[in-house]
Amino acid sequence: MNSTRRDILRRGVVAGVLATPAAGLLSSCAMGGDDDDSGTGSERGEKTTENPFGVKVDAPLEVVIFNGGYGEDYAKAHEAMYTEKYPKAKITHSATQEISKTLQPRFVDGSPPDVVNNSGAGQIDQGGLVSQGALSDLTELLGAPSLDVPGKTVKDTLLPGVVEVGSYDGKFFVLNISYTAYGIWYSTKLFTDKGWAYPKTWDEHIALCKTIKAAGIAPWTYAGKHPRYMSWPVIATAIKFGGLGVAEAIDNLEPNAWKSDAMKASADAWHQIVKDGFILPGTPGLDHVQSQTEWCRGKAAFISCGSWLENEQKAVTPAGFNMSVAPTPSLGASDKLPFEAMRGTASEPFIVPAKAKNVPGGLEYFRTMLSMKGAKDFTQKVSALSVVAGSADGATLGPGLSSVVKALDASGANGFNWVYQNYYRKLERELVDAACGEFFSGRIGPAEFLDQCQKGADSIASDSSIKKYKRA
Amino acid sequence: MRHGKYPLIIAFLVPPLLLYGIFVLSPYVQAFQISTTDWGGYTADANYVGFDNFTRLFRDGQIWNAIQNNAILLAVVPVVTIALGLFFATMLNMGGRRGQAGVVGVRGTGVYRLVYFFPQVLSVVIIAVVWREVYHPNNGLLNAALGAVGIDGPTWLGDPRFAFWCVLAVLVWSNVGFYVVLFGAAMQAIPRDIYEAVLLDGASRLVTVVKITIPLLWDTIQVAWIYLAIAALDGFILVQLMTDGGPNFSSDVIGLRMYNTAFASDTRFGYASAIGVVMFFLTLSVSVLALRASRRDRIDYS
Repeated sequence: MNSTRRDILRRGVVAGVLATPAAGLLSSCAMGGDDDDSGTGSERGEKTTENPFGVKVDAPLEVVIFNGGYGEDYAKAHEAMYTEKYPKAKITHSATQEISKTLQPRFVDGSPPDVVNNSGAGQIDQGGLVSQGALSDLTELLGAPSLDVPGKTVKDTLLPGVVEVGSYDGKFFVLNISYTAYGIWYSTKLFTDKGWAYPKTWDEHIALCKTIKAAGIAPWTYAGKHPRYMSWPVIATAIKFGGLGVAEAIDNLEPNAWKSDAMKASADAWHQIVKDGFILPGTPGLDHVQSQTEWCRGKAAFISCGSWLENEQKAVTPAGFNMSVAPTPSLGASDKLPFEAMRGTASEPFIVPAKAKNVPGGLEYFRTMLSMKGAKDFTQKVSALSVVAGSADGATLGPGLSSVVKALDASGANGFNWVYQNYYRKLERELVDAACGEFFSGRIGPAEFLDQCQKGADSIASDSSIKKYKRA
Repeated sequence: MRHGKYPLIIAFLVPPLLLYGIFVLSPYVQAFQISTTDWGGYTADANYVGFDNFTRLFRDGQIWNAIQNNAILLAVVPVVTIALGLFFATMLNMGGRRGQAGVVGVRGTGVYRLVYFFPQVLSVVIIAVVWREVYHPNNGLLNAALGAVGIDGPTWLGDPRFAFWCVLAVLVWSNVGFYVVLFGAAMQAIPRDIYEAVLLDGASRLVTVVKITIPLLWDTIQVAWIYLAIAALDGFILVQLMTDGGPNFSSDVIGLRMYNTAFASDTRFGYASAIGVVMFFLTLSVSVLALRASRRDRIDYS
């Protein structure tokens, strides 16, 4: 046994020694894909008003869908709509849970599919794709006429923020087809039973937290192992207090963006719920599903989440729970944005790789998804809002999603968003995440919290190997 | 017979060597090459950057934090696992009181052996999910048990003082069973007459274990040591599923750093490969050191 172990180790050493001279010979292995760009969108047909991208009618289209919470049926319906218009185009459909692992070799090889639903835990970092020039510019799509909304371009039919969230340095690369609202969730049943009203100002919020705690319920819980969920209400509160510039500074990695007066005011306010023990004991040890489940069981009154919450909790939400979303409370009378202002953004990203064989087909597929017919079908099939304005009209939605529609309507043009997590995923996923964990478990105060976030942002800003973006 | 030798050797040796070369050696070699580039992983373009990735790595506080955690794992996991494995194996093989020779196990040995081995049958993913629920601060088995005796349990995986040690405990728990069986099998191979002789000489049970069993098991322990050292330098799956390195990076390990850098929160394959190369050399040196440090003369029973 001894000798064989040693042999293996010896072979390892040999491999290491071999590495240096052999490196030059290997240029045609992992990274040795097709370097020429000749295939890029070359298969164009003639452009007409009916066919604004110049799709070749018989060009095949390959679509890869993330098979997650939304399933793949909605995509099959969109593909059927595409085939209706282009019966000669053969569509190859596949669905996977591992987008990155499945497609990485094909990106490198220069033979990616035409349409990719880049979502889920195995999502490819979009900032990375953009910085490596791996995506097609979708700007053309925005100016094209909508498929079935007469007199409007595709861009005109979209809800606010959709273009912005998919844009990098002013170029539109990523189309998100689901509209998500981020806010604070509560059970209207619980609140009606107890005679509580959702607080509109921070003082009311704290007062209500006291009442809730006195009633034997914890006012708050959060995804303890993904504490970045709590960065959302903190940043939202700061933006409503200090205006849209707060988010822009953060997105653009401006020096001391995290330590702006608005962020300070917000962090101070939110520290109150930690200091006064308004958080369900044990919360830092719970993951998102565990904490949402405690919330559904009535152990806590408030939780911060996006509009996917209703769908995610479907299995454990008690009947009549009637979850509802609300904007973050206003800090005071001097807030720049009204109470109703809410973070709304598009999610569920779709991309067309730069080296796709049928780029016009991909754009046309997007136009099909964004038609009123395609959008309505999407909302019905996956019970989520589509980014196409008005596509939820007349649809039957659950209580949570109806409240999202109402809240977004009220928010209207005051809606806001931030995108640093798309540009620099590591900043939110790791650095801000860690700081929020320390802050909301009470191990650090507001000043240290903002310090730690700022340090994270600075470390990204000063790393020359990470491409920087400016929010346009 | 002689003239047929070479075709035979070639027929049986070349295909496996070729496969080994393509699927085992060449990825290693490529990792070395990629670690000297700024490859992002989704195009074919990569620029040669020399040792930039390694100098960056050297100054990366997150990496050092992860290495430190791996060092603690390396110092604790093999020792504890082998000690527990030896203890349980001894109890199962010579802990019983029946019989004169004192070399039978405690009552119910078969059942215990099954129970210890059980984690080995489970996939690591299931182990992580099960333990995540055990550590649930409000509804978990652990805090419920503590609550029953009037202690308010901590939030375990949510507390930087405990999270890392919680994962470490699961790493030990999931490994011990295998070594109980491994050591047990090796103990069975030790001739009974040796035990009978020392017992006749009046040696106590502890002396028997320390002076007879452990020396005779040394080869097996050495193997266990190296396997566990390699496992301690990894720890990726449990950490990723139980804590994802948190809270505040307190349970981060270098394997998770590499994964996050390539796939999860970054797309820097060049940098991730550099981390992989460092891991390769760390594992290699630890294995060599473990072999050197534990070398002893082999004992043959004859």
